[in-house]
Amino acid sequence: MNNANGIPVEESSNLIQIRNVTKLYVMGSEELYALKGISMNIARNEYVAIMGPSGSGKSTLMNILGCLDTPTSGDYFLNGKNVSEMDDDELAEIRNKEIGFVFQTFNLLPRSNALHNVELPLVYKGMPKADRIERAEQALFDVGLQDRMKHKPNELSGGQRQRVAIARALVNDPSIILADEPTGNLDTKTGQEIMELLEQLNLKGNTIIIVTHEEDIAQHARRIVKIRDGDIEADYLSKRGKEIQRPDGE
Amino acid sequence: MNFWIEIRENLVIAYRAITANKLRSFLATLGIVIGVTSVTLMQTAIEGINRAFEKSISAVGADVLYVQKFEWFGKEDFSYYRNRKDITMNQYEYLKDNTQSAAIMCPSTGTSKVLKYRDLVLENVFVVGTTDEYQETFGANMEEGRFFTKNESDGAYPVCVIGTDIRNAFFENADPIGKSIKIGTYSFRIIGVVEKQGSLLGLFSLDNRVLIPIERFFNLFGGKRSLSINIKAADINDMDETKEEVRSIMRKARKVDYGDRDDFGVNQQEAFKTTYESLTSLIKIIGTLITSLSLIVGSVGIANIMFVSVKERTKEIGIRKAIGAKRRTIMYQFLIESVAICLLGGLIGIMIAFPISLIIDAYVLPTAMPLWVILLGIFVSLLFGVLAGFFPAYSASKMDPVESLRYE
Ligand SMILES: Nc1ncnc2c1ncn2[C@@H]1O[C@H](COP(=O)(O)OP(=O)(O)OP(=O)(O)O)[C@@H](O)[C@H]1O
Ligand SMILES: [Mg+2]
Repeated sequence: MNNANGIPVEESSNLIQIRNVTKLYVMGSEELYALKGISMNIARNEYVAIMGPSGSGKSTLMNILGCLDTPTSGDYFLNGKNVSEMDDDELAEIRNKEIGFVFQTFNLLPRSNALHNVELPLVYKGMPKADRIERAEQALFDVGLQDRMKHKPNELSGGQRQRVAIARALVNDPSIILADEPTGNLDTKTGQEIMELLEQLNLKGNTIIIVTHEEDIAQHARRIVKIRDGDIEADYLSKRGKEIQRPDGE
Repeated sequence: MNFWIEIRENLVIAYRAITANKLRSFLATLGIVIGVTSVTLMQTAIEGINRAFEKSISAVGADVLYVQKFEWFGKEDFSYYRNRKDITMNQYEYLKDNTQSAAIMCPSTGTSKVLKYRDLVLENVFVVGTTDEYQETFGANMEEGRFFTKNESDGAYPVCVIGTDIRNAFFENADPIGKSIKIGTYSFRIIGVVEKQGSLLGLFSLDNRVLIPIERFFNLFGGKRSLSINIKAADINDMDETKEEVRSIMRKARKVDYGDRDDFGVNQQEAFKTTYESLTSLIKIIGTLITSLSLIVGSVGIANIMFVSVKERTKEIGIRKAIGAKRRTIMYQFLIESVAICLLGGLIGIMIAFPISLIIDAYVLPTAMPLWVILLGIFVSLLFGVLAGFFPAYSASKMDPVESLRYE
């Protein structure tokens, strides 16, 4: 098994393996393959950026990787488990334990404060209140929001909201953090700050997959996967990826 | 997943959802408030009517059998009963000597007479002729004086025991004991006053009666009349056996041929109850149905609000699902919300109905909201909360996470 650059990768180090994944949307008599048989592997601790024009299937792919959606055909192994055969509740459990989502529009619960938003995945995990608070406070501390815990989303800036969302994604110690255009609704400077935060998380050992339109955002990742019309067009190491690769690589 | 953690969270969500939209929550509960108010009041009223009825027939005595010429509430044509023979003292003696399962029995008969004390007159007083055993048969307590003795009874003494209505009419402040009154044209000495007994079915006052020894009654007012034999059963739990025994002895006493139907009635309080129930059960059912209808309307309103609430919170559902909420969790979330709204409405309804029941009690009909009606109100609002919330909650739980996240 080789990765995108032809470098042999041990099978077991693959966190994500997808094989010939397709996604078909049927609208009336019209059929549309949003994904046309994508295969790829993502190893633990990778930092991947998915790029591509609008409508190319990036979000569709992310939703499948995040177990929000299931492929029409093909297989998806996450941590060695075949996710494509799971039912709704099993998928919910995988999302809860293995996956942290960061959305373009933040998707925080408007009536809950930052702390409670971050606490929520732990509620669904069934963790007792005291432990939840401790973990959620730690996660908010990690994203630099220790003094905004009691603020509701509408009392926070866009960047702060996205930090809350990242804290929420982190709090349950997931295998992967998925971010679909996390900087899409932020100005350049705030976007950069968010990217730095994600980078730190990657350095601490988190596996991260982001979707982005912007080349300079994508350059934060180590590997870039380009998608066009539901197919992988290119899969290569970013500049940073190559820099990091060299010292310990060949 | 820990069930209680989930429920606690859902309670918090429900609280927030309800308080975030106070006016809408208030309007939503209104239907249930009205429903529970009317259901609990209806049941309270029914309870009041039942109690009033029970009280009004309590003088009949639950453990007393009445052997009489006719059955109470008999269903045959009058011609069927017309030729029946009277119940006589001989039959009474025979029954008394042969019945094992009766604690005590007494004969009684009666007629209406004019009562006079000095220049005071009472028309239409019911005069009862009976024996000293009457007091024990009915457990009639004396308010003043005493009942007549066996000696006075057997010896046909001119003594009488009066009811409280008569005492009040004749002796406002004076002591009635020892005073002489006239029943028709005959003088009697008052030896006792029976304590207030109320009325039978609210129609026939039991306190407007005067009781005299039966032998004297026969002498003065004529002996050719049918008796009622009043029998107190030895054990209220064995009423049926006692009734059977009395029947078979009476058949012998009256020489009823084998195979012929009884030519007398062995009556008991039951007869009133059965008749009462057959008269009122339909009214009760209809009343309950009509009030339930208002509950159903109320819960349809809640279901409607819940559908709106689910629709509005599509995005929230998507978010919750994305971070790990299972179908069941989402389902509980909305079910708990709808149950909370209904329960709130139910409690408000009970809080409105309770004081109204006190007003009814004071001015209309002696009643009290029994505990079971309160529990019923709570149970019913829980039930309708679940019913109203089920389909909205189910539709929420089935939502596709990707589509709900995209919803704006
Ligand atoms: N629920 C759906 N029903 C029908 N077609 C859909 C649905 N979701 C996505 N598609 C189609 O699938 C294709 C891929 O959509 P997708 O959202 O993955 O694109 P994208 O790469 O994320 O685009 P963007 O950069 O604009 O977000 C599009 O042509 C889109 O119209
Ligand atoms: Mg997209």
